[in-house]
Amino acid sequence: MCWCQIFMDGVKILLETLYWIFIAPFRFKPQERKALDGKAVFDQMAFMGCDSILIVFFVTFFTGIVLAMQSAHQLERMGGVIYVASLVTISLCRELAPVLTALVIAGRIGASITAEIASMKVNEQIEALDTMAISPIRYLVTPKFIALVLMLPLLSILGDAFGILGGYVIGVYNLHINSGLYMQIAFKFLTLKDVYTGLSKAFVFAMIITLVGAYQGLKTEGGAVGVGRSTTNSVVMSFILIILADCVITGIYFFSGN
Amino acid sequence: MLLKNDHVLVTEQLFKTYNGRQVLDDVSLSIKRGEVFVIMGGSGCGKSTLLRIMAGGVPLTSGKVIFDGKEIASLRGEEKDRIKCRFGMSFQSAALLDSLTVEENVSLPIKEHTRLNKEVVHIIAMMKLKLVGLQGFEAYKPSELSGGMKKRAGLARAIALDPDIVFYDEPTAGLDPVVCAVVDQLILDLTKKLNITSIVVTHNMESVFRIADRVAMLYKGKVLQVGTVDEIRNSSNPIVQQFINGAIEGPIQMEDKLSEAIY
Repeated sequence: MCWCQIFMDGVKILLETLYWIFIAPFRFKPQERKALDGKAVFDQMAFMGCDSILIVFFVTFFTGIVLAMQSAHQLERMGGVIYVASLVTISLCRELAPVLTALVIAGRIGASITAEIASMKVNEQIEALDTMAISPIRYLVTPKFIALVLMLPLLSILGDAFGILGGYVIGVYNLHINSGLYMQIAFKFLTLKDVYTGLSKAFVFAMIITLVGAYQGLKTEGGAVGVGRSTTNSVVMSFILIILADCVITGIYFFSGN
Repeated sequence: MLLKNDHVLVTEQLFKTYNGRQVLDDVSLSIKRGEVFVIMGGSGCGKSTLLRIMAGGVPLTSGKVIFDGKEIASLRGEEKDRIKCRFGMSFQSAALLDSLTVEENVSLPIKEHTRLNKEVVHIIAMMKLKLVGLQGFEAYKPSELSGGMKKRAGLARAIALDPDIVFYDEPTAGLDPVVCAVVDQLILDLTKKLNITSIVVTHNMESVFRIADRVAMLYKGKVLQVGTVDEIRNSSNPIVQQFINGAIEGPIQMEDKLSEAIY
């Protein structure tokens, strides 16, 4: 019952967001009212995307290194140390880069979305928007939604690259694989499908992070403590849903033979 | 149809229950065009809820709200938004968006609901700020303003779209007596200058006597009395008398005040 309610509220926010993105811009004459705010989207893209590159770099680069070291140890015994390159690349593109990026972004962006909306909620600012006939979903959530849905796949591509670089550092400088050979093996088994599997995940994760952030923010009650509680809940709920969605999407690809 | 010209906002038999508690009980009021109408009552008597219902922010349980001859409480979506654009609301906490400057706050509703170009929006916003005496503060963030200035900035935002009615939720709460008087004067000035109707919720009796054309006394969700300031001042109702004199002894008991405050 409780989970059902949360799910319904989440769907409601999603539908309203989609309405403001896809239907409202065509329904209103431009002089009537504003549907999409390009500048707000752009600002959010800069904040969510560009400002997150460094943290994504740290997480995926070192994951690449760790992955290379761990697998080298195993593959050495079978005499296939060269395959470290393709193992690192494929596991990063299909799985690790999108998921780790999403988790980091859920911590950084999801929390900030919730904290921003929640503090506005407890200070009557959401109500003020409402009395001015400005939909809080349109004004606050939609720009963030568009920005993150565009930026998270891009960040996750960057994550792929940083991770491959991390594997390369270990492969070339520690395992003494020839640099050209490493790159050749790294991309030999990588198909386009591996990349877009990862990107489709990033796309879903971005929706989860914004919707959970918005939902938790908008339902906040109870002052400063409430804001803190909502922010925590937002991150925890995003983490769980990201892992769950990852499992489901991987399952779909797995059972459909990809 | 005569009503239509004279009375800009009418509520008919409003009921509101909230969590099983009767917050508003058969509230019927009619507010005349161009007057300052004050709703007074103790904490928790439902006056803020009544204001929000009239402004379309809170759904009601049953009854009618008629604005300009049209029932508005049952409207949804864009129709409701169109009505909301003709209302302005000044909040107790001012409720300015604290990430925006004062000018951006005032121009926000204009930017959202019109397609005027930037310079025109700027001119309108500056004009509204001038009306409330805040010229020179347009680049400040709300956190840099005093309580009274925030209230005035919120007021400038409320009148940004040239509304027909402005709702004030406790406009003088938490202000010193001089600033109170300034805000009261501002309410009177705006009402006259801009030819708007003001509906004010307050429990500050000095304010009530200073600004009101007519007053409604709300007690436990019911309208006890509606009348001019003099009629209220000379009221024979013991509850009204106790309220305006702030007496401890009388029909309003502290116990039920406390139990209401708990809700």
